This record gives sequence, structure tokens and C-alpha cells, in this order.
Amino acid sequence: MRIRGGGTRPIGDTFGDAFDGTDLNTRALSGITLYEPGALTLVVKSGTPLSEVEALLAHQGQRLAFEPMDHRGLMATTGEPTIGGMVAANISGPRRVQTGACRDFLLGVRFVDGMGNIIKNGGRVMKNVTGYDLVKLMAGSFGTLGVLSEVSLKVLPKSEVQASLLIDGLEDARAIKALSMALGSPYEISGAAHISGPSPTTIIRLEGFAASVVYRSGQLRERLREFGDIRIETDIERSKFLWQELRDVSPFWQASGDVWRISLKPSDGPKLGAKLRKACDARLIYDWGGGLVWALMPEGFDLRAQLNGIPGHARIERASAEVRRKFTTFAPEPPVLRDLSKGIRARFDPRGILNPGLMGQ
Amino acid sequence: MDMPAPNPLILSRKADIVRALTSALPDGAVIFDPNETRAYECDALTAYRCAPLCVVLPTSTEEVARVLKICHTEGVPVVPRGSGTSLAGGALPTADSVVLGVARLSQVLETDIENRFIRVQSGRTNLSVSGAVEAMDFFYAPDPSSQLACAIAGNIAMNSGGAHCLKYGVTTNNLLGVTLVLMDGAVVELGGAHLDAGGLDLLGVICGSEGQLGVVTEATLRILPKPEGARPVLIGFDTSEAAGTCVSDIIKAGVLPVAIEFMDRPCIRATEAFAHAGYPDVEALLIVEVEGSPDEIAYQLGKIIEIARRHDPAELRESTSPEESARIWAGRKSAFGAMGQINDYLCLDGTIPVSELPYVLQQIRELSGQYGLDVGNVFHAGDGNMHPLILFDANKAGDLEKAEEMGADILKLCVKVGGCLTGEHGVGVEKRDLMLVQYTPADLAAQLAIKDVFDPAWLLNPAKVFPLAATENRRAAAV
Repeated sequence: MRIRGGGTRPIGDTFGDAFDGTDLNTRALSGITLYEPGALTLVVKSGTPLSEVEALLAHQGQRLAFEPMDHRGLMATTGEPTIGGMVAANISGPRRVQTGACRDFLLGVRFVDGMGNIIKNGGRVMKNVTGYDLVKLMAGSFGTLGVLSEVSLKVLPKSEVQASLLIDGLEDARAIKALSMALGSPYEISGAAHISGPSPTTIIRLEGFAASVVYRSGQLRERLREFGDIRIETDIERSKFLWQELRDVSPFWQASGDVWRISLKPSDGPKLGAKLRKACDARLIYDWGGGLVWALMPEGFDLRAQLNGIPGHARIERASAEVRRKFTTFAPEPPVLRDLSKGIRARFDPRGILNPGLMGQ
Repeated sequence: MDMPAPNPLILSRKADIVRALTSALPDGAVIFDPNETRAYECDALTAYRCAPLCVVLPTSTEEVARVLKICHTEGVPVVPRGSGTSLAGGALPTADSVVLGVARLSQVLETDIENRFIRVQSGRTNLSVSGAVEAMDFFYAPDPSSQLACAIAGNIAMNSGGAHCLKYGVTTNNLLGVTLVLMDGAVVELGGAHLDAGGLDLLGVICGSEGQLGVVTEATLRILPKPEGARPVLIGFDTSEAAGTCVSDIIKAGVLPVAIEFMDRPCIRATEAFAHAGYPDVEALLIVEVEGSPDEIAYQLGKIIEIARRHDPAELRESTSPEESARIWAGRKSAFGAMGQINDYLCLDGTIPVSELPYVLQQIRELSGQYGLDVGNVFHAGDGNMHPLILFDANKAGDLEKAEEMGADILKLCVKVGGCLTGEHGVGVEKRDLMLVQYTPADLAAQLAIKDVFDPAWLLNPAKVFPLAATENRRAAAV
């Protein structure tokens, strides 16, 4: 069975049109079960469109703080992203560096395993250590352990305003140094990215109430003085647009080539970048202060071979089915880890019917 | 509290097992004299005690692996232990078990300010992790009340929280990676200095698994820059309903305090007598703390005070100096000790949706009347994590049982209103038998399946977390 929400994030799907199994679509599992703004909690069925949830939250001045990326531009897909798909793929955005990932905001899940058992784990309260945490396990399991039917999420207040600090012309390693310095300051950075290339831009986001953002922008500009001229984008809409472009990796939408997504130690980001540049014509965007690298590579280039020795993991986000089959979408795991994952899969989906092969299982 | 009968075969082979462990470890790493193992007979849930077969105190991941390999071969249960501060009996031994204490694994392995992480051995205490990065103006966010003593290993096992997790999250949100030794001695690295898992999020499963899936020997922890400053406001109310609604209104207004703490009258009176923090004699008291620069703090506190005034507070005291802040916190921080001066107490840890606060407090008052036991409430109101303290007299026959029964009723109530049995202390042995109140047999089966994968012989901390009846066959198969 191929488990589908809105079908906007076909990460790991190597079947394409050749798939001869059954599609299980969650779209009919739709609706908000519970929303308590005063408790920062939302319970929602898995097929509910993400846009519906975001609109509901915005109405109460709240949001999904982990800032889920919209994959439609990058993956050239259409349709409506769903809450279930977002959770299944553990989708976050630039704010992840400050506030945590989708998995950190997931309070509870209800799902159906590969044998048809209905299982719930976690709940709807913010603190819960009752039994094992299968909530984190389900986030990012891409529908291979069970089909999510309902999830509970912690939501947070929206910030009143935002501003972006921009620095031009920094080479990668220096840019990541600037971002590290910003993230190591007490000024609560909610975004730290660097768009590499011939005319590079380094961007830092501040959010909060107006006076606070003004104060922190000023303090930060002082602290980062050694990195050159700093412009401050105080127009909220323009700043938002910048971060939406980054979140959705829009510089790579129209460009041909494979898109890789690499998670590593921030200071290792530019080290990998330098290796890639040396090996071929690579385009790079750094997010999460350097800890997330988006790499646009020539088709069929073996990026993992370059990562050799640098701890972290690289996933193919966009490539032809052929390339994804050749390199596998998800990074291969060391033997002990692989056996543990395999053991878990054998118990949650013993016949291997849920999204077969999607995570290389 | 039922614990499985010790395996007589293991008891009879104590000398052999001790010999095997002694030869695998440095001098002084194995404790087997009954006079000395008694120090390990319980954790902070002192009502239940049982000295283990022996205790091992390894100093490296390799030594932990050797210990586990031996115990795995010999079929001996292992009870991992951090600092022994569990309130849930998470480190309670059985007579046939080897206690594996991580106290000697206390080194800082790597401090990386540029990448904002610290790598430590798991026996290091929570507070000393922050201590190691304090000079660089960084800190480790999770701050359980026991942070002076509790070990990172135990924090990871129980997914510990603290007063400041409303803003910073609990252990699982601040844990980047672990070195984990499996029961068969295999060593596996999960996560690291990077974010998110490359495959299934096994790190997320390990955190909060109460030492049942493996022994964590090293941890990579996220550290954060210290805020410029912090300041609390103390707000007293004539009813707990008003306090509860005020909490919800503050959150709804878009202010995110770093902590919202709640105390009720019995607790206020006890702490006043003990710590003299100058608390008003009111029905309910909130301590709300915000962070930032002086102006940012003033702005946020202004907003909070404006909301509080709408609920007709009996007392409103904004701290204006570090001394006043310390005084406001002094009472809260000594609350457990103060209650302990009055009598023995049972500390519960159920979490409820914040909206149910007034109803649950009312129900607890009624239960207190029915059972004839006093209860004080002091807890993290922002996230609904309650800590009712049930007072009883341990020297009075039947009093402990009565307190436990009342505790079970309160926890069932927490689940009924949409909450859970434990928010940050863990299940341990204490709440083991209530698991079916919150979960169906199918829900539990999914959790048991995870244990089967990591520890097929069911040797790690085997009699915890799940009702004994649910695990009986598995444990029997192991023997």
C-alpha cells in the first residue's frame, strides 16, 4: 500500500506510475477535533489540509512554530499538503534551529499499524512521559510503521513583528561564523541562513514584539560589526517573503539537477560545501546556522561519497527515480542501527505492506 | 508493591557472577558486601527497598559493555541507576539484579560553543552540565528540582522536565545524541551534533524509556545562550479558579513566560513556615517569570500584570531586584522540603489540560476529604503538570496504602480529563499498574514490541513501566 496525504512530498517514492499496489489516501480523515488556544493544544485528523490548520491558528494569533516547509515548488507537485504528511515526514523549516522540529511539537498520535491494530501514544498535554515515546518514532517514519489517523500538536503564539539582518558578500565559512555568533547571543535568533554563490547573502531573523525586535536588531548589528555592513529589513511582509523563499528552497525550483538535503554539525556545513564545489558545479543554501545544507548537484552526482568522514546524514530530496534507486533516498545506517530499525518494522508491519521500500527498508 | 520473586538460581550463583564482573572491571568497581549494597536498595521512592545482588560502577563505555555482556550471558537482570533521585522507583532493584551505576562516568568530553552543544558522560549531574558552560554564558535548559544531584542518564531515562520547560522544552527536546550500550554489549551511536534522525527516530524512543532499552553512557546536549536577564511577578488569588483562568489568559494573549508556577494554600502555609519568603496567605499563588533585556522584561510583565488585574488578584508583587526575585523563588524551591517537614508525603506527577485546572483542584479537595489525608498542590501550571503532595504518616499502619489509593484516584482523574499519569517523573514501579487506565492492551503491546527489539531477553530493568501481568510471559521466557 502506498500511503498518501496530499501527495505533495513524494520523498523516497521510487515507484512513480509503475506502482501496482493500492493507494491509501487519508484525505477523508479530515477535521479539527479540538483546539484550545489557552492550552496551546490542537488535535486534528491526519488528512486535514495544512492550510486549514494554519488559517485556524492565525485567527487566534497562533502558529505551528516549527514552520513546515511547502514542498510543492521544489518537487513540482500540486495538491494540498496535509497534517499527516507533514508529521510522517517530520517537516520543519528555518525556525527549527530555535524552537525545535515538527517531532518536538508532536504531543500524541493515533495510528493503524500494518496488522490493522489501532494504537495511540502520547496524548494532548504538553508534558507526558507515560510509557515509551512512540510519538517521536512515528514522526519521520514516512508511513512505514503505520497510517496516522489523528495527531495532537503543541502550538505557539505568533510573533507581533519580525525583521531580518542581511550581510552581503561573505564566503561560506565566514558566513557560518557570523551565524554562530548570532545564535550564541542572547537575542533569540529565529532564523539563520546563508545563500551561497557569486553574490552571497547571509540572513538572520528576529521575531517578537516591536520594541524588542528593534532593540535586538541594534544589539546584534553591534556584535556582528566585524562581518561588514549590515542592512536591516524592517518591512514585515518583505522579511516574511525572504524566509518563505528560504523555507521552500525556491532558488532551486527552476534549476535542473539533483537536490540533496544534508543535516550535519553547523561548522561542518562549509567544509562539505568546499568539497562539493571542488568536485563539481554545486549550488548551496545553508539553513539552521549551517546545520542544514541544501545542495543542487549535477544529475547523478554521488554526494554521500563527499560526505565521507563528516558525521550527519544526506537525503535525496529531488532526483529522478533512477538516481534515487542508485543511491537510495535515505542514508544507509550502520549495521546495529539498521538491525534495530528492521526489528521495529518487523513488529509494526511484519508483511512489509506499508509504503514498501520507501525508506530503503 | 509486588516485585517478581528473585531467581534462586541467580542468587545461588552470586559468587560466580561477582567474580566474572570483578575480573572484567578495575579494582573497587564491584560492590557485593551486603552492608554496602544496602546503599543502593532504593531511590527517592523510599517506601520500597530491596538490596541488589551486587552493584557495579564502571568508568567507561567499554566497561559498561563488558558488564552487560556478562549479565546477558549469565541471564542476570540489570537495573541501571543514575543518581538514584527517581520519585517513581525507576532504580528499585530486585534481589537477583545487578545495579549498574553510572556515577563514575562524570566527565565532560567536548564543549563546542560555536556549534552550541556539549558532550558529557551520562553520570554527570544536571546542574554541573550548566556549570561547565556557565563561564561562556551558556546553560543547559532542562532543570528538574533535583538538578543538584540528578544525573543526565536519569534525565534521559525519564525524559525529565523542570520549571522552565514551558519555553525550553523537556529533555527530549534538548538531547541531540547518545552513546547507547545494548543488553548484549553492542554499542550504538544515535544522533550527534547534527539535528534530526536520518532514518527512524530511535533517539526519540530511547529518551523516556526508563533504562529498559539500553544503557546511555554518553550524551550530546543542546546548550543555549543565557538570556540577558529574568524577573518574576508573584500573583495571589482568592480562588484557584481565578488563578487557573489567569494562566490560560496569559497564554492566550501571546506572552510566553519562561515559567508559570502554582501553589495552593496548604503549600503556601507550609513554605512560609519553613522558608519565610513573605508569601501572602491566599488560596492560590502564581509565580510568572519572563526573560530578556530590562525593557523586554518590563514590557512582558506589564502585559501579564494587566491580565492578572482582570482576575481581581488579592496580591500582586513585581520583583524589582535580584534579591526580590530570589525571595519569590525561595518559597517555591523549598516547597517539597517544607511539606516534608509536616509529614511524609507522596508526590504525584499527573498532567492535565490547563483548562481543567479548577475542576481537578476541586476534585482533589473532595478526595482529600474522603480519604482524610491532607494534600498540598505545587506545580508547573503553564503546561498542566501537577504535583499534588499527599501527606501521610509512614509510621501509622495502613496510611501509606491509603495515600497510594488516593494517589491512584487522582491520577485516574487526570487521565479522565484528557491528561496523563506522569508528566516528568516516569512510571517506574509506582504507576506501573495504572498503565491500563491510560492505554489499551493494543497501545501497550506496541510499546512492549519495542522492548522486545532492544532487549529480547527482558533483562534490563524488567519489572518497571508495564503492569507485571502484561510482561509476565516475556520475563518468564527470559528465565
